[in-house]
Amino acid sequence: MNKVENNKAWFLVLPMLLLVAFSAIIPLMTVVNYSVQDILGSSAYFVGTEWFKDILNDSQLQQALIRQFIFSFTILAIEVPLGIGVALMMPKKGWRASLILILVTLPLLVPWNVVGTIWLIFTRTDIGLAGVGLRELGYAYNITRNDGDAWVTIVLMDVWHWTPLVALLCYSGLQAIPQAYYQAARIDRASRWAIFRYIQLPKLSNVLVIGVLLRFMHSFMIYAEPFVLTGGGPGSSTTFLSQTLTTMAIGQQDLGPSAAFSIIYFLIILAVCYCFYVAILNMGRDKNTSQPR
Amino acid sequence: MSLALERVSKVVGGQEWIKDISLTLEPGSFNVLLGRTLAGKTTLMRLMAGLERPTSGAVIMNGVDVTGMPVRKRNLSMVYQQFINYPDQTVYENIASPLRLARLPKDVIDQRVRETAQMLHIEAHLERFPLELSGGQQQRTAMARALVKDADLILFDEPLVNLDYKLREEFREELRELFKAKHCIAVYATTEPNEALALGGHTAVLHEGELLQYGKTPDVYHRPKDILTAQMFSEPPINIVAGRVTESEVTFDESVHFKLNQDLSGLKPGNYQFGVRASHIGLVPHADDDLELTVRVDLAEISGSETFLHVRSEQFELILHLSGVHEYAVDQVVKVYFPTHKIYVFDSTGAVVHVPTRLGGR
Amino acid sequence: MAEIILRSLAHTYDAKAGADSDYAIRQMDHVWHQGGAYALLGPSGCGKSTMLNIISGLLSPSEGEVLFDTERVNELSPEERNIAQVFQFPVVYDTMTVYDNLAFPLKNIGMAKHLIPAKVHEVADILELTSVLHRKAKNLSADEKQKVSMGRGLVRDDVSAILFDEPLTVIDPQLKWKLRRKLKQIHERFNITMIYVTHDQLEASTFAEKIAVMYDGQIVQFGTPRELFERPAHTFVGFFIGSPGMNFLEVTVDEHNVHFSGLRIPANPRRLQSAIASGSSNIKAGIRPEFIHVWDEPNDEAFEVEVQDVEDLGTYRILSFYLGGQIVRARLNEDQNIPSQKAYVSFPEQWLNIYVDEYRVGDDDE
Repeated sequence: MNKVENNKAWFLVLPMLLLVAFSAIIPLMTVVNYSVQDILGSSAYFVGTEWFKDILNDSQLQQALIRQFIFSFTILAIEVPLGIGVALMMPKKGWRASLILILVTLPLLVPWNVVGTIWLIFTRTDIGLAGVGLRELGYAYNITRNDGDAWVTIVLMDVWHWTPLVALLCYSGLQAIPQAYYQAARIDRASRWAIFRYIQLPKLSNVLVIGVLLRFMHSFMIYAEPFVLTGGGPGSSTTFLSQTLTTMAIGQQDLGPSAAFSIIYFLIILAVCYCFYVAILNMGRDKNTSQPR
Repeated sequence: MSLALERVSKVVGGQEWIKDISLTLEPGSFNVLLGRTLAGKTTLMRLMAGLERPTSGAVIMNGVDVTGMPVRKRNLSMVYQQFINYPDQTVYENIASPLRLARLPKDVIDQRVRETAQMLHIEAHLERFPLELSGGQQQRTAMARALVKDADLILFDEPLVNLDYKLREEFREELRELFKAKHCIAVYATTEPNEALALGGHTAVLHEGELLQYGKTPDVYHRPKDILTAQMFSEPPINIVAGRVTESEVTFDESVHFKLNQDLSGLKPGNYQFGVRASHIGLVPHADDDLELTVRVDLAEISGSETFLHVRSEQFELILHLSGVHEYAVDQVVKVYFPTHKIYVFDSTGAVVHVPTRLGGR
Repeated sequence: MAEIILRSLAHTYDAKAGADSDYAIRQMDHVWHQGGAYALLGPSGCGKSTMLNIISGLLSPSEGEVLFDTERVNELSPEERNIAQVFQFPVVYDTMTVYDNLAFPLKNIGMAKHLIPAKVHEVADILELTSVLHRKAKNLSADEKQKVSMGRGLVRDDVSAILFDEPLTVIDPQLKWKLRRKLKQIHERFNITMIYVTHDQLEASTFAEKIAVMYDGQIVQFGTPRELFERPAHTFVGFFIGSPGMNFLEVTVDEHNVHFSGLRIPANPRRLQSAIASGSSNIKAGIRPEFIHVWDEPNDEAFEVEVQDVEDLGTYRILSFYLGGQIVRARLNEDQNIPSQKAYVSFPEQWLNIYVDEYRVGDDDE
């Protein structure tokens, strides 16, 4: 806000604007356009909000949406505390810190569909470590038949894949807390729990916002891993929103409804992310004073 | 090289950061911009440098209007609060960098770098990297880089804030000597009145975007034009007491009053503000007509060789600036002597109406 | 509540330390008495942070002992020593209210619930925090936060000492003196040992009854602000305390005078005697600018000198003159006539200190 005004500067922004236009605005507008038309071959009719009404009343989609919410909240409920826990246990400096850091981050480097494949092999009942192991223990583990098994496996897979991200963010957040805070707390005779509750957690709130938002968006859009591992089955027990959408758009070529679906999908993510953002940032504010400092 | 600001204003987001300032800096002068935080010192420097364009008014260099000219076309350098150097280059390379940009021949660069380094006492560290040096040496490197290129205008934005007081003393003295021999214009922003006095030259007192007074540093100090200048240019702050002049006396209130002396006899009856410098109130009377006051000690702040005594009575709070170390307990009762011959008088608008003759009044 | 005794203490960060220069703290004995207000003053790198950490228990000294009263605490952590510390930047529990911040240490030591409010209010009252007691600590200004961190040390009765590590760094200049006053009042009110670590002579002298000046890993003087000013025990103290610092001349001595480039300046015989007895050739005479007498007319006891510069610092002037080729500074009062070209100066015997191997000699406790 403290700069020389120079209108030439706008030219510098222009390439970026063009780029954003092509990468985001134009595709999005195309989708908006599709969502209000019925497309038959090469002709199209304007149908208004009809597709939206259809989509919102479609029970298959409602099911997928519920499944999706349960999934996203389940993995958040596991990954966030687990990630914080892992970060707390990681060594703070020295060669051990570097080593553990690399080991922890390893799953993040694996491509999505490879993750699916790894777990596909891992859970196979004839050669997979988990599949065979659980059978040996007397549990009839089968992700292609048993809804529960498939569900738990996918959750575990996501936890394995993405907890490191939360851990990494928290680790950096913890490293940024000055030693003085710990010393003060020890002098105040604070318990380990109190140190976590009143020093570490408040100081982590900023990175946790990022962590929760990223993990929510990511998990809400999950596609490749369950697709590879279970193909959405058994039945449709692990069919999440993105897979439902893909089936509709590509499998059935229902462009209008799937465009409407996409927009609703997008708005849900936006709304939930906003709620998280506001909720976490408001942690620790004064309740009865309205002084923003 | 001369530099003039003509009716310069700067408005940012509806707020006037600089209010209609006109100021002419003499060739070869050392100028201090004195003011508290947010007084507009940095903004004014940025306007001089061309980092910022005035909302109205003009910047004139050597008689040429340079208002819109970009910074890199002007020959100036700047030193900041933070010690800004290139971390991956040696001190030598740091100092040489502006000369390399100017594409000077190698032997000239070498000679100038070594000369400047010597001037700033860092010739022994030329081959080291800035971050291996102490804070003072890092700032010396930054100053050397600013001085080496023979700029027309050198701007210092509170360069000593992050150094401890012994280093500050050293730097002030060196800068004072250094610029005696230089013919460029130097502008130096500070919040500390004592720094302005130690650096000498000229001082411009700024307050909330306004230029209060500009002139030779001791002149501005001894003959402030108004109460605000006197308050801004005094550390500890000048004591201000409200009072009244009658036909025969000056009264601060019922209990504290004295006969009009020769010095103050020209004052018309009415209400005034009276200013007495902290250093003029003493623990022993200096003249027969000094006013004796019984006060309580709020705090004795001791600064090695000086004492700042905060005291209060029922009517007013005063600060005394004493030479030497004087230890007092909080709330101790003491007698202090208020000089009736060293009083500045300001009228209700704040304009000075009397400067004591003994302090350079006419 | 405790007396803190440092016995044959030394510390090095280098496991194979041999030479003196390897030591961050050279061997020393020192006592911080119970209930005193002390300052530890020195430039950066003098070892004062090491000393602070050794007292607080963050660091275990490599040699010697730290005693609290009679108990050896070398191996004890800060919480076991019950040392509270106020840091450069305020440390508060952001999500708690000011009240909860102050009550926190009491809850942790298991104080009976009904006793807590009275104690918290008492401390809040002294620190002038009562009006913000129910605000979240996060939303306070820097000086209020700093008071809260101080308050957490004050609520407990069992705290043995409070250490301050440059606590006013982040405070507004206009508020600093008020906080200094508050600190002094608190010290008078609570009978707690307080040690204030700083590089600023103003902070140290204002707060402390006695100041330990550290230089190069050693405490070179432990004295009142007045002693540091009038009788610096080491040349570094003379240089570091006071603005400008003390003038030093390299001299030789006889029984009545110091000799300096052909001049004979009379000095205190007892001090001279000690200097002669030492047999050292590193002898300096030191005098503060405040104590040099300056005239603009010749007189019997004065030396004629050449004026180099007069700096007008508003309330006083600094006169620089050449004495036998060396620059010496004298402080002139505002009312004093300013000599031009030639000035006439004398060095009162009382204020002319003699230093042998950098330490002041002649124990004349007048």
